[in-house]
Amino acid sequence: MWEYTDKLKDHFFNPRNVGEIGDPNGVGEVGSLACGDALKLTFKLDKNGRIQDAKFKTFGCASAIATSSVLTEMIKGKTLEEAANVTNKDIADYLGGLPEQKMHCSVMGREALEAAIENYRTGGEKKHELEGTVVCTCFGVTDQEIERVVRENDLTTVEEVTNYCKAGGGCGGCQGEIEKIIRRVQGDKARAKPAPTPKGTGKLTNIQKIQLVQQTINEQIRPALRAHGGNIELIDVEGNKVIVAFRGMCAQCKLAEFTMKDVVEAKLREFVSDELFVEEDKESALQPHDHRG
Amino acid sequence: MKTVYFDNNATTKVAEEVFEEMKPLFCELYGNPSSMHTFGGQLSRKIGRAREQIANLLGCHPSEVVFTSGGTESDNAAIKGAIAAVPNKRKIITSRVEHPAVLAVCRDLENHGYTLAEIGVDRLGHLDMDQLDYEVDEDTAIVTIMYANNETGVIFPVEKIAKLVTDRGAIFHTDAVQAVGKIPLNLSNSYIDLLSLSGHKLHGPKGVGVLYIRKGTRISPFMLGGHQEAGKRAGTENVPGIVGLGKACELAAENIEQESQKVKRLRDRLENAILRECPDSRLNGDKENRLPNTSNISFEYIEGEAILLMLDKFGICASSGSACTSGSLEPSHVLRAMGVPFTAAHGSIRFSLSRYNTQEDVDYTVEKLPLIINQLRELSPFVAK
Repeated sequence: MWEYTDKLKDHFFNPRNVGEIGDPNGVGEVGSLACGDALKLTFKLDKNGRIQDAKFKTFGCASAIATSSVLTEMIKGKTLEEAANVTNKDIADYLGGLPEQKMHCSVMGREALEAAIENYRTGGEKKHELEGTVVCTCFGVTDQEIERVVRENDLTTVEEVTNYCKAGGGCGGCQGEIEKIIRRVQGDKARAKPAPTPKGTGKLTNIQKIQLVQQTINEQIRPALRAHGGNIELIDVEGNKVIVAFRGMCAQCKLAEFTMKDVVEAKLREFVSDELFVEEDKESALQPHDHRG
Repeated sequence: MKTVYFDNNATTKVAEEVFEEMKPLFCELYGNPSSMHTFGGQLSRKIGRAREQIANLLGCHPSEVVFTSGGTESDNAAIKGAIAAVPNKRKIITSRVEHPAVLAVCRDLENHGYTLAEIGVDRLGHLDMDQLDYEVDEDTAIVTIMYANNETGVIFPVEKIAKLVTDRGAIFHTDAVQAVGKIPLNLSNSYIDLLSLSGHKLHGPKGVGVLYIRKGTRISPFMLGGHQEAGKRAGTENVPGIVGLGKACELAAENIEQESQKVKRLRDRLENAILRECPDSRLNGDKENRLPNTSNISFEYIEGEAILLMLDKFGICASSGSACTSGSLEPSHVLRAMGVPFTAAHGSIRFSLSRYNTQEDVDYTVEKLPLIINQLRELSPFVAK
C-alpha cells in the first residue's frame, strides 16, 4: 500500500473543481488511456486577467486525481504569469509530498497547466504538442521533457527520471539514451556515480571479452528485446566478430525500424570494445514464432 | 468497520481448526523432531501425520511430499533441481502468464546458458497447445506450466500437457498454488512429475509449502546441511507450520466439492451483479473453465488503484492488475499476454472468494461498487457526459 498523506487522501476522496468549464479561455490535455493517466484542465479568466475558475477531469490513480485537484486550487486567483511559475515540486509540496514512484503525477499537472496557458495565448488554436524528439517510445516522452525534469528536480539517475516522467519505465530500451541526457544536463554530478558496467581500459583477454559480451547481452540488451516479445542468443565470438541469433522478433515493435544488428552492435561497442562487430546467424534463427502482442 | 475480504488469491484466513492444532507446538511441544528423546522425537509422528493428510488431498504417497517454506521455494527448487539432474539438456519451456516465482527463475536461467520458450495464451487465457507441441523437443529439460492462473483463475489442461511432455522425455512441473484446495486433484493416475503448493492459500499458515516429487523423478537436493526431508531439503522442520498445513489439507479434502459449489454460487452472484450494474465492464478470462472463487473484471476509462482505495474506504479488500498498484508503469503481464487492451487492463479488479465469504458480503459490495465506478467515471476525461 502506498504511503499517501492525509492531504492527498482528502483531495482524492473529495476532489475539488471537477468538471469542464463550458466556455473556457484555455484548455490543456495531456496523457492518454494507454499510458495509464490523463488530465484535461480548463480555466476561465476574470476581467483583470486572473484565473477566476479552473476545473479538471482526470483518469488515473489516487495521486493523479489528488494532484489535479490541488492544481486547480493553487492556480485560482493567480495571473497567468504567476500560474506559469508553478512547478511540479510546488504541487507535490502542497500535498505534503508524494511517494517517489508517483512524482510523475505532479509533472503531469504542471504539463497540463502549461498546455492550457499555451492554448490561451495562441487564441485557442494551438493544442499541446510534443517538443523535441521522442526518446521513450513506450510513453511518448521527448528529450526536452526529460531534460526539464532532470533540471527542475535535480535528478541524477535513470530510475528517478522514470519516477518523474515515466520515460524508461516500459521496455527499458531507451535507458542508455536517458543516461546520456542526465550526463549532459548534470555534468560531473552524474558522472561521479560509478558506471553500471565498467568498460575495461586495458586490453581484454579473450575470456574476459566473451564474458563481458555475454554480460552485456544479458543485462543491457535482452531485457529490452524481451519487453517487445523478442530475444537474442549469443552463438559464438571469433576475434572481434560476435555472432548472435534473434528469436521471436516482434514485427509491430518500434525497434524494428532500426536493424536489430545495429542496435546490438552499438551496445556492445559501448560496453565492451569499440572494435566489435556483429554478425547475425540466420540459420539458427529460422524458427517460426507466433507472436501475440 | 466491517471487513469484506475478497482477496483470497493473495492470502487466506487461517482456519480456526488449523490454529487450534498449531497452538501447543510453540510453548509446550517445542522439541526438535530429530532428537533422540521422546519430548522432541514424538513430533516426528505429527509430521508423518501431516504428510498423510496432504498425500490424501493430492492422491499421492506420503513419501512423495517434501516440505518447503512456501510456493516460491517449491517453484525455485523444482525448476533448478530438475535441470541440475539432467545436465545434457538445455531447454526450458514455460508460459507467458506464470507467477513471477516461475517466470523470473526461468528468465534468470536464460542468462546461464539455457534456452527459454514462453508459450502464449489467447484472448480467453487458454494456452496455445500447438505452440507447446512444437516447442517440446529432445533437448527440453523441464516444462513448467501453472495449474490455474492467479489473476484470472483460468485452468490449464495440465494432465494433457503432462502426458505430452513426459512422453517426450522431459520433466513436467506445475505451480498448483492457486488450484490446491479449490478444485479436486488426483495425482494417483497422473503424468505430473513435480507440483508446488502453498499453505497460506488454503487456510493454512504462511511460511510453509510442499513440493510434490513423484517417485522416480530425479531432482537434486535444494538445501544442504541435514538429513531432513530425505536429504532433499535440509533444516529443522517448521513443525507448527507443517502440522497446520496438514490440518488445512484435511479440511479441504473433507469439503472440497460442497465448498467449491458454495463459493462458485457466491462468486457468480457477485460477478453477474457487477457486470449488470456497471456499464462498460467486462470479464477477463474464460467464464467457464476457471477456478470457482476468482473473478477478474475490467472497468473501462478508470484506473484500478483509485477503485481499490475507494473500496478500501468501505472495508472491501480486492486487488488490481493496474500498473499503479504495483509501482511498475505497465499493467499486468497476464492481461497483456491475453491481449486485453490497455484501456481495460488499467482498470482491472480481481475478486477472489473463500469458504468464509457470505451472501451479505456480496450484497454489500454490489451496493457500494457501482457508486464508486460512477464517481470515478465522473472524474474521467474519457467519459462523455
